[in-house]
Amino acid sequence: MSPNVWIEHYRLISTASGVLFTAGLYCIFASHNLIRVLVGIEMLTKSVTLMLALAGALTGRMATAEAFIITLIVMEVVAIAVATGLVVGIFKHHGSARVKHVKAMKG
Amino acid sequence: MPLTELLVLLLVVVALWTVQTTIMRAAVGLALTSVMLTLLLFHMGAPLAAVFELSVCAGLITVLFFSTIGMTRPLDAAGVVRERKALSKRFHPAFAVCAVVGVMLWGSGYVLEIAPPQGDSPAVRDVLWGVRQLDLVGQILVMFVGVFGVVILFKERKKEEVAP
Repeated sequence: MSPNVWIEHYRLISTASGVLFTAGLYCIFASHNLIRVLVGIEMLTKSVTLMLALAGALTGRMATAEAFIITLIVMEVVAIAVATGLVVGIFKHHGSARVKHVKAMKG
Repeated sequence: MPLTELLVLLLVVVALWTVQTTIMRAAVGLALTSVMLTLLLFHMGAPLAAVFELSVCAGLITVLFFSTIGMTRPLDAAGVVRERKALSKRFHPAFAVCAVVGVMLWGSGYVLEIAPPQGDSPAVRDVLWGVRQLDLVGQILVMFVGVFGVVILFKERKKEEVAP
């Protein structure tokens, strides 16, 4: 598809990306469960992926956008793998995966 | 309804369902969101990114979430009811907040002024291996750090479990 097609759709896709970002932030701040916080972080990365693809489609440099998206996905999966390991560790230590246990770790 | 609008609508609907449902369903919803994003990426002409999104985000990360949920203790019946009530109270405003943000973004009236691209777009492999090599080095380093982190986390737990 030519970039001109995506100029017509940029407002729709950027609005969707903004909604996804807001939903992710809301999920992070309103959650009491650590797994749900990770779901919120995932939602934020989905929003960024969508904006990167839109930028690539608009500028006609989709290859560069794809390279960035692949890098983002690799970082995302590593972060989620380590974070889920931490959540399991916190669960084993405290007996639950509530955010308040992590808050209690502050000095 | 044209395909782009339909895919974007489905993406937003699934994402909003994901943030307000129970954890197990949220993991499924996240996979569905990834599938919708994959279809959109294919439609936008990014097949390699779409395949990565589908295999890693809809596949691997969902398995990670299910494993983590499986390793944590399930709630009893009373806990489930309590959790659902708390969820509906806490997450129903999310629809209103997202709607407000969506309307603000849609109605912002921002006009995109962009010059049409010149020349052909290079191949992904040329960009990945020729222009963004440093990204690849970073990815490998981050993967090593991630693997090291996971190994350390599980090693310490094993010791704790063995100790009386």
